Amino acid sequence: MLTEAAAKRLDQKLSELSNLLSPKMIEDIRKALSSHQVEMSEDEVDQILDIIVHDYVGSLVEAGEPVGVISAQSIGEPGTQMTLRTFHYAGVRELNVTLGLPRLIEIVDARKIPSTPMMTIYLTDEYKDNREKALDAARKIEFTKVENVIASTSMDISSMSITFRLDPDLMEDKGVTKEDVKKVISRLKIGEYTVEEDGEYTLILNFATLENVSSLFKVREKVLSSKLKGVKGIKRAIVQKRGNEYVIITDGSNLEGVIGVKGIDVTRIETNNIHEVEQLFGVEAARELIVREIKRVLDEQGLDVDIRHIILVSDIMSRTGVIRQIGRHGISGEKLSVLARASFEVTVKHLLEAAAKGEMEEFKGVMENIIIGQPISVGTGMVELSMKLR
Amino acid sequence: MRSSTKKKVDPLSYHLTPKHELLTAEQAFEVLKSLGVTPDQLPWMRASDPVAKAIGARPGDLVKVTRKNPLGGEVVIYRYIISG
Repeated sequence: MLTEAAAKRLDQKLSELSNLLSPKMIEDIRKALSSHQVEMSEDEVDQILDIIVHDYVGSLVEAGEPVGVISAQSIGEPGTQMTLRTFHYAGVRELNVTLGLPRLIEIVDARKIPSTPMMTIYLTDEYKDNREKALDAARKIEFTKVENVIASTSMDISSMSITFRLDPDLMEDKGVTKEDVKKVISRLKIGEYTVEEDGEYTLILNFATLENVSSLFKVREKVLSSKLKGVKGIKRAIVQKRGNEYVIITDGSNLEGVIGVKGIDVTRIETNNIHEVEQLFGVEAARELIVREIKRVLDEQGLDVDIRHIILVSDIMSRTGVIRQIGRHGISGEKLSVLARASFEVTVKHLLEAAAKGEMEEFKGVMENIIIGQPISVGTGMVELSMKLR
Repeated sequence: MRSSTKKKVDPLSYHLTPKHELLTAEQAFEVLKSLGVTPDQLPWMRASDPVAKAIGARPGDLVKVTRKNPLGGEVVIYRYIISG
């Protein structure tokens, strides 16, 4: 609670501070002070704000502060407490997602394909409230081969024929009809054949022209592995209710393939494949995804790491306009100093190459100065003296 | 498999993409002067980047990116468009 004069004072002070403090902080201060139970006077408001400003300025990063080292420690230390192998089931029993240390390594190594690619697909207004329509969209996405709807096959070598027995339950589940299967088979280049139907769920292909058994095997393989419907790379698509709408969760990720499917809200689609997001939506989106993915991994393990450290990591990874890994093929490998590079990995190779090229060592960075025992140019070590010679 | 689409998506409408604005030469000059840096000291963005293409940025331009800060408020950064 504030007296009227104090409230006025607070408003005036806060508007003066708007250059220094972030809008969220100002909002928080205003809320905290005006909802406080004890009544405050003008003087007290002044004092509180003075303490806040003093603390805030004192906690800002100073010039020369080694933020990178601090970030590395702040992420590295909790990282040692992470369970080495954790599998987490992301809401759905059937799907497990790599989290924990393996996932963290995957992100900072900027792997092209995550070990468990996964998408969360949101649907457009028309589709999202309707379970049937959501299922329909999921069926369009799930990659289905002929193999996936077949109960059994058998071959008759004497008449050179293959019998495919379709599974009615699977066909129902995947939303495929017998006509679909026939159509797919007719598009294949498997020579001349005639189709016989024995009952509702059996197809018999007769090959009069095939010579030997091995070519018959080949034809069978070709038929079984041909695509019926779906998007490449999506192994499963599961419809789930999230909040008050239906979403599709997929095992496998293929952003480019999925965006063309009807009923999908492209603007909200989520994937854990950072490379795909970079290709389709640019570095800034990929940078944002790195922050979220790292945060998610750490949160899931119950580790409290300040988000600024993660932001620094993602900023460095996206600095050159493409996502680079933190490692010998990325950021560490592009350091200017020979000694800094050699101290990381594959020491001899770097030293040999540097010697062959005649590289110069400028001793500007941290690592090389530690190696030769000089003060590092960080904090107070940043100061350099120069003297005018007469 | 043929890609099921050649459909164009607008990268700017994606929920993770922050706001991007192309700066004019004068604005870019002002920014560089106020920051006291040369363009190559800024973070880069390739001209082939989907967002760069969408806003029509060419190598040598500056792009103003306004990100939402998870700690509250907004953060403005500039990216220098490089060829590639």
